[in-house]
Amino acid sequence: MLNTVAPVWDGNETFMVLGGAALYGAFPVVYSTLLPANYMPLVLMLAGLIFRGAAFELRSKATRTQHLWDLAFIGGSALATFCQGVVLGSLLQGIHIVDDKFAGAPFDWLSPFSIFCGLGLLVTYATLGCGWLIIKTEGELQKAMYSLMKPITGVLLLVILAISIWTVLGQPAIAQRWFGGHNLIWFAPVPVLVLASAWGIFRAVNKQHEHVPFRLGLFMLFLGYSGFIISIWPNIIPPSLTIWQAAANPKSQLFILVGTAIVLPIILVYSYLQYHVFRGKVRENDPGYH
Amino acid sequence: MRGRLSSTAMPILDALHLARLQFAFTVSFHIVFPAISIGMAAFLAVLEGLWLKTGKDYYKDMFLFWSKIFAVGFGMGVVSGVVMSYEFGTNWGGFSTFAGPITGVLLTYEVLTAFFLEAGFLGVMLFGWDKVGRRAHFFATVMVAVGTLISTFWILASNSFMQTPQGYSIVDGKLYPQDWLKIIFNPSFPYRLAHMTIAAFIVAGFLVAATGAYHLLKGRRDEPVKRSFSMALWMLLLLTPLQIVVGDAHGLNTRQYQPAKIAAIEGLWETEHGGTALNLVGLPDMQAEQTKYAIQIPHLGSLILTHSWDGEIKGLKEFPAQDRPYSPIVFWTFRIMAGLGMLMLLLVLLGVLLRKGGKLYEARWFQRFVVLMGPSGIIALLAGWITTEVGRQPWTVYGVFRTSQSASPLDAQQVGVSLLIFVVVYFLVFGTGVYYMLKLMGKGPTHVDHHAAHPHPALENRAMFRPQDAIDG
Repeated sequence: MLNTVAPVWDGNETFMVLGGAALYGAFPVVYSTLLPANYMPLVLMLAGLIFRGAAFELRSKATRTQHLWDLAFIGGSALATFCQGVVLGSLLQGIHIVDDKFAGAPFDWLSPFSIFCGLGLLVTYATLGCGWLIIKTEGELQKAMYSLMKPITGVLLLVILAISIWTVLGQPAIAQRWFGGHNLIWFAPVPVLVLASAWGIFRAVNKQHEHVPFRLGLFMLFLGYSGFIISIWPNIIPPSLTIWQAAANPKSQLFILVGTAIVLPIILVYSYLQYHVFRGKVRENDPGYH
Repeated sequence: MRGRLSSTAMPILDALHLARLQFAFTVSFHIVFPAISIGMAAFLAVLEGLWLKTGKDYYKDMFLFWSKIFAVGFGMGVVSGVVMSYEFGTNWGGFSTFAGPITGVLLTYEVLTAFFLEAGFLGVMLFGWDKVGRRAHFFATVMVAVGTLISTFWILASNSFMQTPQGYSIVDGKLYPQDWLKIIFNPSFPYRLAHMTIAAFIVAGFLVAATGAYHLLKGRRDEPVKRSFSMALWMLLLLTPLQIVVGDAHGLNTRQYQPAKIAAIEGLWETEHGGTALNLVGLPDMQAEQTKYAIQIPHLGSLILTHSWDGEIKGLKEFPAQDRPYSPIVFWTFRIMAGLGMLMLLLVLLGVLLRKGGKLYEARWFQRFVVLMGPSGIIALLAGWITTEVGRQPWTVYGVFRTSQSASPLDAQQVGVSLLIFVVVYFLVFGTGVYYMLKLMGKGPTHVDHHAAHPHPALENRAMFRPQDAIDG
């Protein structure tokens, strides 16, 4: 399974770094308040990422301890995902900021809701992973993934439903955003499309369409984040910091924009070429490191 | 002003100092891996280029061998780098809010222009032998090497801006960029960029040379081993003297823009007239404001730092006590770096003599010396960085923003616990990473004797695609 991601691994790790760096460049205030507010989950996330990243490189070099590295990979990945979910959950709850500084307590992030969001993100990523393996493998493994795809999509739907209800009940401002005035009409496509995607995944599994479950899974993730942004907009950190207040000055933004406009298309081109070079199934006896 | 302020005393363990300790720890671990990657990537590009040009198989054997070590180092570098890119926010919220409009942007540029380039082509370089043609593969290797250099460019632009800031104004208590070209090409940037890039090549050079020496000592005399040893020594012969010249120029630049750092490095308290002596060794004492047990050489300080017999160098007492860097650390880290530089110079010169006498592959004492000096590049690199970073204190942005203003509002427990987590995880994970790198180096490059037996071409290719079979088995 690791072989399926090996060639594109470092590129994807790089997006993690970009996440930190772009936030730092474009929204320094968010970077310097959201991160201290979620200090412990982020430290644990980084610890998880270290284990996961190192295990990925080292398990093939190990002989006697390979199973330990496998364990480190699984544990690290789960921990990192869980912590990301916790951070998202704590962001939905809101973070106490005064004068561009985090002014809350060290354990503000910890709540049943944020823990549930952590578990929810685990389910989300598991769904995507399942879809990915359907594309990249064949035979027994692919069969197992096909039969897993339906139940895990079902669980994901339940998770989305639970988080939605929980948020609406717990955060009156967000309830107002979705149900106030005619807003629901505008935002209705989001939940409708979520249901449609889930239905599409079920259908694709029945018809054994290899590429569809992964793509629809990605689409569901995108819808999830859309819902998230609809909920907190125009805040970038609820309840008090709007995206306009948090943005860096225009001159910094412009410089980033220019760089991104020039470089991003180039990145997309060679990332595409890279996926293209390594397209197709990964088999047991393929050359590789893992 | 004869201050005995606590800020000059040894750090106490409050949240700020724990955060500093954590940053020092994580960044020291981190920098070693990128340094190896930068030097090694260029070496790999040269090897593959030579293989394409000459068609000699041992170049490819060497490439396959060193690319595995490179891959482990690169992976460790990325992983420890992720930590760095979040640590600015978690621990240094004050700094990020203040300097983010400039340093955050430079970091974004590094990720966009360098990291993606490296990561994008690394897959092809490591796994693409049978997926793309030879030229395309070579192109990928060159792109990875170029990526590491672009990355060096941006991160050093950011660091140098923090050392010698210009091209900015302060609006609403935050940095506001006025002129990006001035910000990037700030006064210390060219010197630091050259010094660090050469340092990275020297780090990799000594690792390659020491690995070659180790296998020569074990009795191997095949081409990949001999070539590794010889190529690395040629490169070090070129770069070590160059590095000394660049380091000297960097010193002159520092004296101009950060005189307090130079005074702390030299353990110099009074501004002496008519020529400054060099403290060869000694114990700088921040409280007593003097360097104890100093062994001095008259005029040498002026000679080195001003290139004149009696040039004037400012002493630490010219600066208020709360603005002085902690001399006992930088005094010694600088001497470790410079001392290692001299040893390296000795080594490469001995290498030339042996080569002339035709004994390069046979002089066992020399090979032992090279093995011993294997980590010298890394140690000198770390010592140099400690010198320049501790020497920048008590500022994060020199003369503009203090380290004490830079930390996030966290309590000591949080920072202490996270430091503990990082220490345990780093030693466990990166310790094993280094162990595997050493293990790989210890096994040495596979050497297929292409003349003795010529297996079926397809089989031969197969063996090349999966060198780890030979190495793991």
